[in-house]
Amino acid sequence: MGILARSSAAAMTEHLEAVPPLPSHTRLRGPETGLVMLRGRAGGDGAAFNLSEAVVTRCSITLSDGRMGHAYILGRDDRKAELAAVLDAALQDPERRPALLSGVIAPLAAAQAAGAEATARKAAATRVQFFTMASMR
Amino acid sequence: MRPGFADPVLDTQASFRAILEAMSRPGRIQRLEAAPTPPAPLAPATAAALLTLVDAETPLFTDVGGEAADWLRFHCGCPIVPQPGQAAFALIVGAPPSLSALPAGSDEDPQAGATLIWQVAALRGEAGWRLSGPGIEREHRLEVRDAPASFIGEWAEMGRAFPRGVDAILCAGRDLAALPRTLRIREG
Repeated sequence: MGILARSSAAAMTEHLEAVPPLPSHTRLRGPETGLVMLRGRAGGDGAAFNLSEAVVTRCSITLSDGRMGHAYILGRDDRKAELAAVLDAALQDPERRPALLSGVIAPLAAAQAAGAEATARKAAATRVQFFTMASMR
Repeated sequence: MRPGFADPVLDTQASFRAILEAMSRPGRIQRLEAAPTPPAPLAPATAAALLTLVDAETPLFTDVGGEAADWLRFHCGCPIVPQPGQAAFALIVGAPPSLSALPAGSDEDPQAGATLIWQVAALRGEAGWRLSGPGIEREHRLEVRDAPASFIGEWAEMGRAFPRGVDAILCAGRDLAALPRTLRIREG
């Protein structure tokens, strides 16, 4: 779900073209947009405080075979939330799972890993080495 | 799992309006057109009242189980409590529990009294019980099919504790009628 939540609706649609079509579904709830309060802790173990609110879209669907899929995504993209929920339900089906994993999830994961690595590379290129007492010894 | 309201915002508003109308005109039957198709044993009007009134802050006591309870947990997000005494709403599709088992609030906080959502076999005006009280000019008639004989006695007993008490919403099919605690019921 994390991979789906981080990718865009356009990327999902593009990869879905290569795999057998998704089953038809009924909307149970949403897609609907709301706010959730993000809570933080100073230093990871301090007292919890309210950091800010985030816009979240959620969607729950059911397939004709009774499997349910849920998705909560950051942002207001209704179509992405619905697609992620349908994929969540379809991935529970052992017959569809291998094709979806290799056709949709794996390429999305690879693209995200490549993006993260590119960012890390850019950051590493501008890294400054501070000479501290420890490194000088 | 079945979906809830087709249009969550407008359908909830329409249902709320119907419940308000029912409470202001006790015993008058309101028809809910925009009701969902809930899992058995819930009737459309019962489901519409629950989706409109019950949420995460209102503990629900219910005698339904299985798919219907799951449906309620998902769509209303309400905690389901095992004892009627802890409930803000009681959903009853079978024989109603004794009214004294439900919280009646206190003299300082009568609004803490529970609301009984009672699904009955059928509702019919122009026959049955004779209702009088605030909101009724002379008399309303309401026939509640298969209502237990002890109900009127219990209702009168509860009336003596006013302002403490329990309000009831009766649902059958797509029909809904309300019995606020100020109502006096006599056998027809």
